[in-house]
Amino acid sequence: MSHNILIVAEHDGSTLSLATAKCVACAATVPGAHITIAVCAADAAAVAAQAAALAGVERVLTVEHPLHAHPLAAAIAPQIAALAGPYSHVFGPSSTFGKDLMPRVAALLDTAQVSDIMAVESATRFRRPIYAGNAIITVEVLEGAKVVGTVRTASYQAAGTGGHAAIEAAAPGVEPPAHTRFVSVSTAGGDRPDLQTAAKVVSGGRALGSAESFQILYRLAAKLGAAVGASRAAVDAGYAPNELQVGQTGKIIAPELYIAIGISGAIQHLTGIKDARTIVAINKDPEAPIFEVADIALVGDLFEIVPQIEQLIG
Amino acid sequence: MKRILVGIKRVVDYNVRIRVKPDGSGVLTEGVKMSVNPFDEIALEEALRIKERGAAEEVIVLTVGPADCQTQLRTCLAMGADRALHVQSDTALEPLVTARVLRALIEREQPFLVLLGKQAIDDDNGQTGQMLAALWDRPQATFASKLDIADGKARVTREIDAGLETLEVDLPAVVTVDLRLNEPRYVKLPDIMKAKKKPLETLTLESLGVVARAQLKTLHFEPPAQRHKGVRVKDAAELVAALKQKGLL
Ligand SMILES: Cc1cc2nc3c(=O)[nH]c(=O)nc-3n(C[C@H](O)[C@H](O)[C@H](O)COP(=O)(O)OP(=O)(O)OC[C@H]3O[C@@H](n4cnc5c(N)ncnc54)[C@H](O)[C@@H]3O)c2cc1C
Repeated sequence: MSHNILIVAEHDGSTLSLATAKCVACAATVPGAHITIAVCAADAAAVAAQAAALAGVERVLTVEHPLHAHPLAAAIAPQIAALAGPYSHVFGPSSTFGKDLMPRVAALLDTAQVSDIMAVESATRFRRPIYAGNAIITVEVLEGAKVVGTVRTASYQAAGTGGHAAIEAAAPGVEPPAHTRFVSVSTAGGDRPDLQTAAKVVSGGRALGSAESFQILYRLAAKLGAAVGASRAAVDAGYAPNELQVGQTGKIIAPELYIAIGISGAIQHLTGIKDARTIVAINKDPEAPIFEVADIALVGDLFEIVPQIEQLIG
Repeated sequence: MKRILVGIKRVVDYNVRIRVKPDGSGVLTEGVKMSVNPFDEIALEEALRIKERGAAEEVIVLTVGPADCQTQLRTCLAMGADRALHVQSDTALEPLVTARVLRALIEREQPFLVLLGKQAIDDDNGQTGQMLAALWDRPQATFASKLDIADGKARVTREIDAGLETLEVDLPAVVTVDLRLNEPRYVKLPDIMKAKKKPLETLTLESLGVVARAQLKTLHFEPPAQRHKGVRVKDAAELVAALKQKGLL
């Protein structure tokens, strides 16, 4: 049986997010998948071209409106709902963009949502984590309902390129509401590697003690070509900006290497790093729960160890 | 009357280590500590602060669930909510149904603001607020870490993957809250006594015209894959050597 799948593109106006390519990878595991990507933008051309080049994508639909210059869920959801008719599945990434948008789409379609899909078992059966990843459930979407889902991007490798999908302008005939207005966005990031896609991540916890001390992690990360992450305690204390938070309520990441420094390993943190290939933990408490998941464990004082590592790798 | 409606959920306390039942039929919840979902507590705290600033006159707290939920509603009344609504349901409802309940109660209570947690820490669905906003055809501002209300509008700072985004929405609206919005107050003993006298109304789904439709069926629960036991190294030099051996340096 064939299934038409609509994926909502995440982008910043010029670049398609890697999360979208991961949604394509997930959608491609639905039996008989025919994949379409919808791009809502003020000017969709550049993003649509990138979407059309993804392997496995057959069609790209563009919806242009000045209100789509910023990703407002209230404006995008009715467009997607209006386009959704011919599709059995509507997917978006489990990023803050998709988490904000997709339930609004689901409600407009009068259908349930499957959040954080980590595996597709059949066209209607999915695996997803609950309780901060402490249990995995298999859910079945009952007969006849459209499947609206968010894709747990850490569970998928991004789809490659080489595709040549047709790009069409869609006219859903919806006037997005004006009741929600974008004011501003601020990012502390700079040009460091992106936490969500970096192969290596150096992450710090409450033990760092101050924003100044946190700088030793930025230095180590720079030497390793790594992104920087943080525990909630470190973010709450103002040592690191919120976009660096890793965990149940922060980012779920799957780097090759995760180095947890002065992080105790609360379940809410661990759920964010379960898919990391290698976890290194540095903690002065030999009983810290982080050691239960660490591939390489080093008990000791981070303020001694981190500078030593830095020297050793030169 | 200027009202804020706050939705809360009774969940397994965040400190409890969750265990899956051996037969895969669910997680063990017998005898474990239950609490107000931490995000919802923050939503309530925010509502109380808005009221204390004089920008609202009444804070209504509501939940959908079995009779036991009244314990958590009493906690919310002790924190300072003015009254509570308990919509009875002995089966767990899907977020879309909960959103319909909220929608029906909005019709009745006419709040200018609905505050909810951004997700419940049991199902981790993160859907109810956005679904409600869609059904209500009103603005949503999710993952709020700052909320200002003035002149019939809310200015909301949201924690997003890229950093912090600020939106302005017309009221009424739905705002879902993130952890850094505030720190909820502690409940004091006299408040617990006072809360016993505050109104707690029990309603049924039927009386609200909501059908407990299920579109999803959970077939199976299992524990997550375990990671392999790692190695201990004794110093920075051994650590660096181990990373080199794995090809990570
Ligand atoms: C609803 C909810 C959601 C949450 N979501 C998240 C989330 O997304 N992400 C998250 O991270 N947390 C989250 N938390 C918080 C989580 O429960 C923990 O409180 C938090 O992760 C602790 O951060 P930490 O490990 O940095 O701090 P702590 O637990 O205080 O640990 C600090 C560690 O540093 C070690 N240490 C101290 N000094 C040194 C030194 N000199 N050298 C080496 N080690 C040292 C200590 O031994 C300790 O293990 C959430 C909590 C709740 C209730």
